[in-house]
Amino acid sequence: MRFAALVGCNSLHPISMENESLSSASTPRCNPALNSPDFSRHMLELDEDDDLEVFSKDATFTDASSINTSLPTSPGSMINQYRFEEEHDSKDLFITVGDPESHVTAIETFITYRIVTKTTRSEFDSCEYEVRRRYQDFLWLKGKLEEAHPTLIIHPLPEKFIMKGMVERFNDDFIETRRKALHKFLNRIADHPILSSNEDFKVFLTAQAWELTSHKKQGPGLLSKMGETVKAVAASVRGIKQRPEEFVAMNDYVESFGQKIGMMDKITQRIIKEQREYLEEMKECGPVYTLWSASEEELVDILKGMAGCIDNCCKATEEQVGDLSEGLLPVLHEYVLCAETLKAVLRRRDNIQAEYESKSYTLANKKADRDVLKDEIEQLEDKMEYANKMLKVDWERWRKNMQSDLKLAFFDIAEKNVAYYEKCLAIWETFLTTEKPELVLEKDTEDYSQK
Amino acid sequence: MRRRLSQVQQTHDTTIYVSEPRMADSGSEEAAVIENPEVAPEEVQQDIGGTGDGSSLLKKMEISVSEAEKRTGKNTMNMQETYTVYLIETRSVEALNEGQSPAPDTLWRRYSEFELLRNYLLVTYSYIVVPPLPEKRAEFVWHKLSADNMDPDFVERRRIGLENFLLRISAHSVLSKDNIFYLFLTQENGWKDVVYDTGFQAKADSRLKALNATFRVKNPEKRFTELKHYSDELQSVISHLLRVRARVADRLYGVYKVHGNYGRVFSEWSAIEKEMGDGLQSAGHHMDAYAASVDDILEEEEHYADQLKEYLFYSEALRAVCRKHELLQYELEVTALDLVSKKQQREELATGTVRTFSLKGMTSKLFGQETPEQREAKLKVLEEQITEGEEFVKSKTLECEEYVQNSWIDIERFKEQKNQDLKEALISYAVMQISMCKKGIQVWTNAKECFSKM
Repeated sequence: MRFAALVGCNSLHPISMENESLSSASTPRCNPALNSPDFSRHMLELDEDDDLEVFSKDATFTDASSINTSLPTSPGSMINQYRFEEEHDSKDLFITVGDPESHVTAIETFITYRIVTKTTRSEFDSCEYEVRRRYQDFLWLKGKLEEAHPTLIIHPLPEKFIMKGMVERFNDDFIETRRKALHKFLNRIADHPILSSNEDFKVFLTAQAWELTSHKKQGPGLLSKMGETVKAVAASVRGIKQRPEEFVAMNDYVESFGQKIGMMDKITQRIIKEQREYLEEMKECGPVYTLWSASEEELVDILKGMAGCIDNCCKATEEQVGDLSEGLLPVLHEYVLCAETLKAVLRRRDNIQAEYESKSYTLANKKADRDVLKDEIEQLEDKMEYANKMLKVDWERWRKNMQSDLKLAFFDIAEKNVAYYEKCLAIWETFLTTEKPELVLEKDTEDYSQK
Repeated sequence: MRRRLSQVQQTHDTTIYVSEPRMADSGSEEAAVIENPEVAPEEVQQDIGGTGDGSSLLKKMEISVSEAEKRTGKNTMNMQETYTVYLIETRSVEALNEGQSPAPDTLWRRYSEFELLRNYLLVTYSYIVVPPLPEKRAEFVWHKLSADNMDPDFVERRRIGLENFLLRISAHSVLSKDNIFYLFLTQENGWKDVVYDTGFQAKADSRLKALNATFRVKNPEKRFTELKHYSDELQSVISHLLRVRARVADRLYGVYKVHGNYGRVFSEWSAIEKEMGDGLQSAGHHMDAYAASVDDILEEEEHYADQLKEYLFYSEALRAVCRKHELLQYELEVTALDLVSKKQQREELATGTVRTFSLKGMTSKLFGQETPEQREAKLKVLEEQITEGEEFVKSKTLECEEYVQNSWIDIERFKEQKNQDLKEALISYAVMQISMCKKGIQVWTNAKECFSKM
């Protein structure tokens, strides 16, 4: 396998090719497509190499956002540094999303969010940034990241709108849910060893509004973008000969997972609905007992007590519904979107394979310039292998995140449910102690005897 | 599921016996629980009727409604019908106390016979707040419960209600002594004829008569007016409560059952996960358990609803007593008015003055006065009528007063019973809620464990 990184690059730092090795323990290369991140902190087992000096703190090798189809230099090295990358305790990039503000112009109304970035990373000129971004900007960022890393798994953005049950696009709950999701989106990128070094990401975090606009305008024009899309569609139409086994397994998993998580989402929505309706009916109970107490003499206190208990339980129920809809449901929903993301990633990977295969086919069957073709094929092969490897590693990463996210969410809701029942228990036990203290004592001994 | 009817207090001689349908000796187990020597006689005395001496005829008798069966037969219109009969068992308390275990005497009765008994008691003891029957048709149901009278759960709840009815009567110092009641429990055939022979139906006040009295009575006793208002309020508030409760039960059922879906999905999902698989699978089981637990919870709640329903129907019995008072009072007022008018007539006749307009007066003016002999004759008749009238007023007044006195005694007894029963019901509701919460805590704590191990 040859490493040929220079196709299509405009300006590059001269790189010594002498110390290339073909093993997986090869040195990282300047990778224009990756906007030359600083990997030095990720290197653990890599040999000291002259080439290391190539990697200065200067992060502006090229504006590689225009070059998306070129190959990364050394897949192996990329994987290496990635594989050794653990969720570092030494987190050095902190992002918060907050303070939603509404902006009204003649044409439209939209919301911006304040993004505060604190970092000790050297490629950032300053250690603190504050910018305002709107949803469209996030969409742009996601698109750029997907272009640059087609087979990395990027955490999903919240949806543009939620059709069901949402009346007002700018309703408070909707904004808060969206804000949390956007926060998670950025933080997931920040935690990702490769994605966090992406140039567009940096621009997103640091540029002023006008800078961002002009930055967005750079990059491949509409025509070249269209060209890419056409290629991708063509590739998907062609199909691939045979998917490698591990990706078949991945595909199957994603199908099943998507289905299961979709069901979980639906079930949770249904529970919330039923719980809300239960709450509405329950709220009518207390007042009836109060009304009744007005007709009674001896029963006044106990009836009022009942009314009080029921009202308090209603409050607890209200809280519990909130926990469900603000805690568990958004997480489930995110993973529904993740399933879609995964499907897209797998599709893109398939397309890369298809591209390679079709070129190989051309070589085998058509009279064309064999040398040029051969070069192209090798590039495509490298690209494919790189994409596959990236996906495999990122897949493991995603699985870990998924497990920890869902485990936490489920654990959390179970805990909240326990707390809810404990609250209600306390309410009724208090009632019982006032009305029939002997019974409570009796019950306590009962509990003991049952142990 | 059999339940001990805790709210029906026992006299220290009558035991309450709830049995399983002819299965193992579970009956004796229940009876043992109930023959509670710690129940102080005084504690129990208070809810016996006003006579307070606890000497009900049936202190010697143990009563239960132990079974229900379907029968088919021809009804009065010679059409085939299916109906349910209930087995009434009676046993001598003495025999049991002596350690014997004689077979109970049994007979079968259907709901309509219970109704007949009650109607008889209503007419014969109009001053008593007569215990109500369980509902004829299922009302205030939430969706899972069937409103079908043939539904086994309904029949079961009705069986318990009928037993409760009989026990309340047997605990009442006045009603328990009634012979028709005794025969109801002991004589299967021909009982209906005996009841009809008492001619109680003729004594019943017509609905129209009662309504008329309600509208026209001028001076009902204040206490009864208040009582009537109270019974209206009680009925309204309990109906409302039952309606709301049914809707709440419906919703609660939904919440719990949907969690069962979690169980299913977790189970399926665990098949595709390696590390999370076990945790998901076991959590799924807990979700299933959670979903299933609602059935027991709602069955308990149904019992609470039945307790409320009894008092909903009791409010009707209260109103009946008030209506009777109004009727008697009205009759008294009418009789008194009649007497007054007759006395006026006598005065006119005696003095020759016409104070009130009467046809006789006019005609005598027009066509000449009556002869002194005629006048004498009329006066004599009037005098007789007035004497009669005065007697009548006296007896009516007495009847009214007696009625007020007797009924008020039973009303006080009823109030005590009601307060006690409803308090118990509310407390047992709280106990139920506590049990429900504890179950919830357990399930979710277990689920939490499973998630933490994922």
